[in-house]
Amino acid sequence: MAITASRGTRAAKSTRIRGRGAINSHSPAHRHDGRLAWVLIAPALVGFVVFFLYPTLRGIYLSFTDFKVLTPPTFTGFDNFVRLFGDQVFWSSLGVTVYFVLLSVVFGMTISLVTAVVLHRLTSNTVVRGIIILPFLISGVVAATTWSWMLDSQLGVVNMLIEQLTGEPILFLGSRAWAIPSIAMISVWKSMGYNAIIIFAGLQTIPPTIYEAGRIDGANEVQMFRRLTLPLLRPILAMVLVLTVIGSFQVFDIVAVTTKGGPANASNVLQMYIYDKAFGQFDFGYGATMSLALFAMLIIITFLQMRLMRASESDTN
Amino acid sequence: MTTILKPTPRVTTEVLTTPERPKTPRGRTISRFSPGRAVAWLYIVIVLVVTVFPFYWMLRTAFSNNYSLIRDPGSLLPVDFTWGAFARVLGIASQEQSLAEGGSGASIEILHFLLNSVIYATVQTVAIVFFSTIAAYAFARLRWKGRDLMFSIFLAALMVPGILTLLPNFVLVKDLGLLNTFAGMILPTALFSAFNIFFLRQFMLGLSEEVEEAALIDGAGRLRVLFRITLPMTSGPIITLSILGFITAWNDYFWPLLVTSDDSVRPLTLALAVFKQSSPQASPDWAGLMAATLVAALPMLLLFLVFGKRIVNSIGFTGLK
Repeated sequence: MAITASRGTRAAKSTRIRGRGAINSHSPAHRHDGRLAWVLIAPALVGFVVFFLYPTLRGIYLSFTDFKVLTPPTFTGFDNFVRLFGDQVFWSSLGVTVYFVLLSVVFGMTISLVTAVVLHRLTSNTVVRGIIILPFLISGVVAATTWSWMLDSQLGVVNMLIEQLTGEPILFLGSRAWAIPSIAMISVWKSMGYNAIIIFAGLQTIPPTIYEAGRIDGANEVQMFRRLTLPLLRPILAMVLVLTVIGSFQVFDIVAVTTKGGPANASNVLQMYIYDKAFGQFDFGYGATMSLALFAMLIIITFLQMRLMRASESDTN
Repeated sequence: MTTILKPTPRVTTEVLTTPERPKTPRGRTISRFSPGRAVAWLYIVIVLVVTVFPFYWMLRTAFSNNYSLIRDPGSLLPVDFTWGAFARVLGIASQEQSLAEGGSGASIEILHFLLNSVIYATVQTVAIVFFSTIAAYAFARLRWKGRDLMFSIFLAALMVPGILTLLPNFVLVKDLGLLNTFAGMILPTALFSAFNIFFLRQFMLGLSEEVEEAALIDGAGRLRVLFRITLPMTSGPIITLSILGFITAWNDYFWPLLVTSDDSVRPLTLALAVFKQSSPQASPDWAGLMAATLVAALPMLLLFLVFGKRIVNSIGFTGLK
C-alpha cells in the first residue's frame, strides 16, 4: 500500500501522454467499445469502490465515532481528536516514528546512492546487482527474525564481535537507546539494494556525452557528481525518498517481530500503537482517528517533498 | 525478453550487451589499479558481505544443534551438524528428539502454511494481473465516454495512501463473514491496482496498433484481439508485474494478520512470526527458527535463481516509469 501511494509521482507525469489512440474514434471498429470497456474495467472498478473509496470515506467517518466493533458506531464529534491531543503515548509514538524515519532516510538514502554510483562506475555485472537485491525478496518477518538472532545479546554473532572489540555486549533490541536504531538498521539492510537498483537504472539513463562535456569544461569528479549527476537524478531520488519516507512511516512487521513496541514503548511506532488500540483493545474509533492523522501527515509530506524536490520537472528535458 | 524492454531500450540493452569493458560508463578509460578504484571495490565487497552474511548465518544456524550453539556461538560452521531443526519444523521429529536437540517442544506445521502461502500468493497475483490487464486494454485501446475521467480517478488512487482503508476493510470483511477465509485475505487486493493498470496501459499505448487494426478488419472480435494479439505482445510487463506481485503477496504480513485468527488459512510469513513470538524468551530454539525462516525464504530464493536478471531489470524499469 505504501508503494502504490507514492507511485503517483511517476503517474502524474505521464498523464500528459494521453489520447494516442484517438485517431480512429469514428471507425466502425470502435462502435461497440463502450459496452465492452465497462465490462473490462468492471472488476477493477468494483475493487476500487468497495475496497478503496468506500473504506477511505468510512475511515474518515469512523474517526469521529466511538466504535468497539461489536456494537454500531456512535457519533462523538471531535472527542477522539481532543483525546488524541492529550494522549502522551500517541505523541511519544509519533516521536519514535519520526526518529525511525529520519534514521532510515538518512542512512538508507546515503548508502543506496553511494552503492548505486560506485556500482555504476565499476561494473555493469547483473550478478552483483542481483546479490544486493536479495534482502528485498524476503519478508520483513524473515529479515527481522534473522537479525534478532544475529543481534541477540548472549549468542548473537554481532555481539560476539563487539564483545571481542569492546568487552561488552550491546542490548540491541532490548534497550531503550538501541531499539529504534537497531530496527532502522534492519530496515535499511532490507531496502538498500532495492533503492540502489532504482537509482542505478536512473544513472544509466544519463547520457555519457554530458560527462564528456563536463570534462572538457574542466570539471573534476566531485564537481561532476554534484553539478551533473545529482540534478539529473533528482526525479528518481525524489521518488525513492518518497517511497522510503512513506514506507518507514508505516513500519510494522519488523517491530512486531523484534520488540513488539518495547522496551517500555521505546519502539512503539504509530502503526504498532494503532494496531494495539484497534485489535488489542477493540477501540476502532480511536484507531481510525490515529490512522487519519497518519494519513494526513503522509499526504502533507508527499506534497512537500514533491514541491521541495520539484520532482515533476525533469532536468533532462 | 525484448518485449519487456521496449519502452526504454537504452537502459536495458546497455545492461545486456556490455558485460565488462575497459571504460567506465562515463566513457573514460581508467587504469585498472588506481587507489580510488581499489577503495570502490572494497566498498562493494563490504556491501556484498553485509548483504549475504545473514543468509549464510540462517543456513549455518539451521544445521546446528540448538544446545551446542551455546557452547560455540561464534563458529562459522554449523555446530554439531544435524538435520534436526528441519525435522522439528516439518513436524517429523518426535517430542524426545526435538527436546534432545534443544527444541522448545513447539513445532510449526510448515508444509500446511507453505501450501496456504502458495494458494494466497498465486491466486492473488493471477487475479490482480489479469483484472489489471483487461482494464488497461479498455483504457489504452477502446473509445468510450468517461474514459479519461475514469482514468484520472484511478490515477488519483495512486497518490492517496492506503493506510486509512485497513481498519474499515477489516470491518467490511468481518461483516461479510469472510474472516479466516482465503477470500477475505485475497479480495481487497485482487481486483484493483492503480499502479498495474497505469503501467500496462502505458506499455500498450507504445505497441503498434496496425496488427490489431488488421485483425479487426478481418472480422476478429475485440475480445479475440485482446486475448490473441495484445495479451501475448504484453507478456513482458505482465511477467514483470506478476513477479513483483508474487513477491509482495508472499511476504505480506499485516493484512493476513488482521483477518486471520487461526491456522486454517494463515500464510507462512504470519505463522513464522507467531512461532517467533511464542518461542520461549529465556532460551529460544534458534536453530528451529532459522530452519523455518529458511523454508519461508526458499521459494523467493528459487524465484531469484530462475528470474534473477529479470527481477533486477524489472525493479529498475518500474522505477523509471
